[in-house]
Amino acid sequence: MENNTKRYWRGLEELTNEAEFVKYAHREFGDAPTTDEKGEAIIDGTNTNRRDFLKVLGFGVSAVTLAACEAPVKKTIPYLNKPEDVEPTIANWYASTFTDGGDYASVLVKTREGRPIKIEVNPQSSLTKGISARVHASVLSLYDNEKLKGALIAGASADWKVADKEIISELTKVAAKGGQIRIVSNTILSPTTKKVISEFIAKYPTTQLVTYDANSLSGLAQANGGILPSFDFSKAKTIVSIGADFLGTWLSGDEFSEQWAKTRRVSSAEGGNKEMSRHYQFETIMSMTGANSDYRATYKPSQEGLVVASLYNAVASKLGATTIATSTVKVDHLDKAAADLVATKGASLVVSGSNDPAVQSIIVAINSLLGSYGTTIDAGSPVNYRSGSDSAMNSFISEAKAGQIAAVIFYNANPVYNHPRGAELAEALPKIGLTISTNDRADETGSLCKYSTPDSHYLESWNDSEPKKGYFSFIQPTILTIFKTRQAQSSFLTWAGLNGDYATYLENSWSAILGGKVAWSKVLHDGIYELGSTVSAVTPAVNLAEAATLVAKNYKATSDKMELAIYEKVIMGSGSQANNPWLQECPEPVSKACWGNYATVSLATAKKLALEQEVELDTLEVEVTVNGKSVKLPFIVQPGQANDTVAIAIGYGRTKAGKSADGVGVNAYPFASVVNGNIAYFNVGDVQVKATGETAKIARTQTHNTVMAREAVVQETVLGAYKKNVEAGRFKPEISTAEGKKSALDITLWNGHKYNNHAWGMVIDLNTCTGCSACVVSCNAENNIAVVGRQEVINRREMHWMRIDRYYSSDADVEDVKGLEYASENPEVVFQPMLCQHCNNAPCETVCPVLATTHSTEGLNQMTYNRCIGTRYCANNCPYKVRRFNWFRYYQTDEYDFHFNNDLGRMVINPDVTVRSRGVMEKCSMCVQRIQAGKLEAKKEKRRPKDGEIQTACSQSCPTNAITFGDMNDETSEISKLLAVERKGRAFGVIEEINVKPSISYLVKIRNKDEVVKKEEAKAEHKEHA
Amino acid sequence: MSHVVSPIRETLVSGGKSYHDVTNDICKQVEGAPTKEWKIAFGVSLVVFAYGAYCLFWTWWQGIGVWGLNKTVGWAWDITNFVWWVGIGHAGTLISAVLLLFRQKWRTSINRAAEAMTIFAVLCAASFILAHMGRPWLFHWALPLPNTFGSLWVNFNSPLVWDVFAISTYLSVSLVFWYLGLVPDLATIRDRAQTKASKFWYGLFSLGWNGSAKTWARYEYVSLILAGISTPLVLSVHTIVSMDFATSVIPGWHTTIFPPYFVAGAIFSGFAMVQSLLLITRVVFKLEDYITIEHIEMMNIIITVTGSIVGIAYLTEFFIAWYSGVEYESYCFVNRATGPYWWAYWMMMSCNVISPQLFWFKKLRTSILVSFILSVIVNIGMWFERFVIIVSSLHRDYIPSSWAMFSPTMYDIGDYIFSFGLFFTLFFLFAKFLPVINMFEVKSVMKGVSTNYPFKKKQGGEKSKENVH
Repeated sequence: MENNTKRYWRGLEELTNEAEFVKYAHREFGDAPTTDEKGEAIIDGTNTNRRDFLKVLGFGVSAVTLAACEAPVKKTIPYLNKPEDVEPTIANWYASTFTDGGDYASVLVKTREGRPIKIEVNPQSSLTKGISARVHASVLSLYDNEKLKGALIAGASADWKVADKEIISELTKVAAKGGQIRIVSNTILSPTTKKVISEFIAKYPTTQLVTYDANSLSGLAQANGGILPSFDFSKAKTIVSIGADFLGTWLSGDEFSEQWAKTRRVSSAEGGNKEMSRHYQFETIMSMTGANSDYRATYKPSQEGLVVASLYNAVASKLGATTIATSTVKVDHLDKAAADLVATKGASLVVSGSNDPAVQSIIVAINSLLGSYGTTIDAGSPVNYRSGSDSAMNSFISEAKAGQIAAVIFYNANPVYNHPRGAELAEALPKIGLTISTNDRADETGSLCKYSTPDSHYLESWNDSEPKKGYFSFIQPTILTIFKTRQAQSSFLTWAGLNGDYATYLENSWSAILGGKVAWSKVLHDGIYELGSTVSAVTPAVNLAEAATLVAKNYKATSDKMELAIYEKVIMGSGSQANNPWLQECPEPVSKACWGNYATVSLATAKKLALEQEVELDTLEVEVTVNGKSVKLPFIVQPGQANDTVAIAIGYGRTKAGKSADGVGVNAYPFASVVNGNIAYFNVGDVQVKATGETAKIARTQTHNTVMAREAVVQETVLGAYKKNVEAGRFKPEISTAEGKKSALDITLWNGHKYNNHAWGMVIDLNTCTGCSACVVSCNAENNIAVVGRQEVINRREMHWMRIDRYYSSDADVEDVKGLEYASENPEVVFQPMLCQHCNNAPCETVCPVLATTHSTEGLNQMTYNRCIGTRYCANNCPYKVRRFNWFRYYQTDEYDFHFNNDLGRMVINPDVTVRSRGVMEKCSMCVQRIQAGKLEAKKEKRRPKDGEIQTACSQSCPTNAITFGDMNDETSEISKLLAVERKGRAFGVIEEINVKPSISYLVKIRNKDEVVKKEEAKAEHKEHA
Repeated sequence: MSHVVSPIRETLVSGGKSYHDVTNDICKQVEGAPTKEWKIAFGVSLVVFAYGAYCLFWTWWQGIGVWGLNKTVGWAWDITNFVWWVGIGHAGTLISAVLLLFRQKWRTSINRAAEAMTIFAVLCAASFILAHMGRPWLFHWALPLPNTFGSLWVNFNSPLVWDVFAISTYLSVSLVFWYLGLVPDLATIRDRAQTKASKFWYGLFSLGWNGSAKTWARYEYVSLILAGISTPLVLSVHTIVSMDFATSVIPGWHTTIFPPYFVAGAIFSGFAMVQSLLLITRVVFKLEDYITIEHIEMMNIIITVTGSIVGIAYLTEFFIAWYSGVEYESYCFVNRATGPYWWAYWMMMSCNVISPQLFWFKKLRTSILVSFILSVIVNIGMWFERFVIIVSSLHRDYIPSSWAMFSPTMYDIGDYIFSFGLFFTLFFLFAKFLPVINMFEVKSVMKGVSTNYPFKKKQGGEKSKENVH
């Protein structure tokens, strides 16, 4: 074929090859242009060619495919008209008041774009100086998706108007027949609410208000002539507490913590205060207060009254007063306590946690003898924290059982859960014709009521409160009601046939008192209205002889039986906020356990009961049987607990509180007994503890209890030694070099950083840290820290940036590393807040391969989440183990069904802080968002930031001011002044000798003890031998 | 490859093989249909690989929270496995490069398989580098690549970055060295190929090898250069891996002895792994004449020597912990031996220090069964060594409040299994499609043998008979 030159033409046109032909030669079919000039096919006369078609098709198919994938739809609703005082990204603060039954705090609420996101202490309040973990956590309860979303009738959602109509008609019927109506509530702090209730009672005269408290202190009021006196621990030189957890759960822990801390703050400056109060604690369990005491001894619940009586006799005999005829209990340090009390007469304070009026009467007698009334106790300015009456509640339940009650309104009270006779009440409720609950959720009590008329959260409400006579504070809403809830006060007013507008009612009521609306606006703005008080030396009259007889009858000097102690956890309290995941995950200061309760026993008792000691998080399940009723729960060995006792915390075992609370732990309320007519939070009946043979796990954030004699971690001394030498107890590591011994701090390979502007730092005083953990929850709220749940805590993965390490002392020799792992039977305790130390030679910074963690020019160790690839090398190399890794995506994942997993819960997120994704490291940033905001504020005003203006969440929250934050480059700042003094005294860095140069200094813990001086010497001697 | 074999030396290849025998013996595996044994072994490897891949997928999908790690123990099986595989990888380079430079002719029978093992082991190690990351999809951030983040560089202070360089260099050099060594043998297979496909593929990868003197000369030069480059890598890779630990502040990690100790350990475990693999290959592929008792004995001697070095390192650590007077350091070591992980420590001690001492007895070090068992034990011990170093140091460091235990989950185990699946799948593919023994090098050490052919044949024959028993 190679030489084939033949050509065939398609026609004559081709042969002639005219210009016209050549032009259209490529068109196979006549006239219609079917291709473009490139020869690409044109479709249907449009300009779209085949390639374009394929492009469009390809794009279309992929777009449709992509669109079919679930893409998150995020709705942002802009303000149509910007509210006058809302600036996006600028926080607004409102003064308000936290109340939960008798728990009280005057607070400031931070709102961002209309959302309350953080609670802080109201600095103007003279009562509230710090707020507890529960108050910090309360903002999350606002966004609890499991609250009732409107009124319910017989469990079905109903219109408020219908519910009101039915309720009014039923109440009218009941009242017409003369049927008994009861309003059951916890302590009501609000005078206007009480007024509203009296309006209701005026309308329905058969109504009675029954007040009780889940953590009753009825006996204290009974012994003090019906009032609760105010206590001032700050004036006390000797404090003796017999079973009162006054730094935590007793009466008003935050207020007392601040007062107590005033007596514990010392200064190494020449001429600085070197006196401390001496604090004795006698108790059954190891409470947080006991952990902070100087001398501590234990007794069994059945001995409590006699311990108090013995103390009375010891004090009385020293003061020459008449003693009472009761048998004496042998308790360590009791005589010493009596001697100190007498020695500091006039500046002594004895408190008791007992709810037995007879025991409290003897306490009153002791305090009278010591001249405490008018100094440390003020009966002239009573406080209202607990106004519940055990006997009133008791008779209500009996009446209900007898069918004598026609209608009952549970005003934010949940007695079915939190009263020892709750089960009886639950059985009796069907006998009551009309049952109404204003509880925020269909809880144990609310779900048994016909009508649920949910009250609003305090952040959505108007109200006032009078925690102490003459001290008022106010509640104003910081957000519209999220659900269709209505304030209970409005409900009462509506049902009483009045105008249900409680806001106006409150305003009118206060405007009348204050003399005008302007004054009302001012107090509302301040949040407080304090008339002040003068200390009165009035001493309540008590019948000591009768009290002594009752005590002799109800208590025993010795008992070898097993006894049950029931206590309140500092974090969880009575369990009213149990569905708050921040609280559930915040470890109890002493046991370091969270997500549930457990039976605690002493080591000796555990051995006696043949319970193997728990290892790490694994323990045995025990069955605790009290008078035939039993519960199964894990046990832990609690050093410092009285032998032959078992203790269970209240506040757990909720069944209808919501996802985070239900089925977590067991309910201990039903085990409380009645002594002398009042609820006694112990049971000395037939108590049995036995292992079920099952193993159990406890979610604990710390499993190693002792500090292993590592002086570089925790440094402490006793007051006597400190007075002689302000550096007593300091551990100063030295390293041998060719040029002789050198301080470890002087040997370095690093050049160090230069901080030309600020150098942020922190000082933490171990002497005033009580371990209360308010800072932990505050940090959670400020920094959007994920809640990971019980299983992840068991996996040792809690995300807390701030933790409180708790160490028990050990009896073992410093060389005995095995023995050191075990705590003493009655150990000394130290709490150490631990957070990122912002090292100046940070080991984490050098090892990060991608520079995700770097040093700032202001001394902060910064974490750049976006850059982190998650090698975890930094966390491994962190000597303080403060770095936290996002093992999973802890937000918006069904397995972590806490607040991050629903739209409502996420409203609490602080928009200034990134929510961390899976696979990145995180840790304390020293609230860098607050530092930046503070600097910006100062810059706008063309000035330097003022000291104290910028506070971290933890330093701001500390009720005892144990944390001082500030600029170490500013010579006038509080931290600089403090360090200038304490660097020559108590200040130390944790594990200083590795020379990472932390920006956080700790101050040596000082115990006001005397004999330990010998121990120190022994230690020194031992070192010489070694 | 000119050389002189002293007549008093033992022969390195027994059975009186001629050059052609060698070619036949080795190529048989490549050219023939897969044997039943190979199919079973490969099938098992694939199943293991599939299961492991599932576990790895799940780890990737859910996050490394599926492992048992926690706030205190941030590395456990992941980095244990990583270091273990890297360590195993060392033997290949040592055998091919260092022994080449030292003119250890006995290496010729084993270097090919050892080098392949190195590459596969390094791949397994690399899989743990990826898997252990919280966000593995961003692994490239650990490389100093140009970027748009305002040119954000890596942290050259971080030993992990050094690791990235060390491992990638090691992998690429090993790969080139191994592949280059394969070229002459691939050409042999190409020349013998019967099918079009094998002609094409082996032809492609033999890079037009023509066997001319010039080609051979160039080959020799390149080999020598690569051996020279590889030799420092033998020391540097594990030195750098050890610096992940040595440069930290964690007691039990912060130790200057780590570099030599890790290198010795790596050679120790690498030789043990080579031993295990060759003892199997030898039987499966009937290569008893090429991998002789002498080879096994030589390897056992190296295992004993390196094992003893490792043992001395262990004791030195203890001595220094006591002598330094640092309480954290001394606690760390007391805790290793008597704390909650005592069993891991004693597992390590008995497997790594005590068991290789059995090779002092000639009877034991020339026993195939004992050699095999001990080689496996040594690798178990070396895994525990890394576990002890990583976990027992981390779980109780400075602050007692954070002390915690680590326990593995099924995904820790599954991801480890994945690496075995990967390793053996690759190894069996290698054994089937590539010559497991370096034919041309083996031939080079036979020259001295052929001159005394009848005598050697007899002797060798007896020997191989012995071997069978």
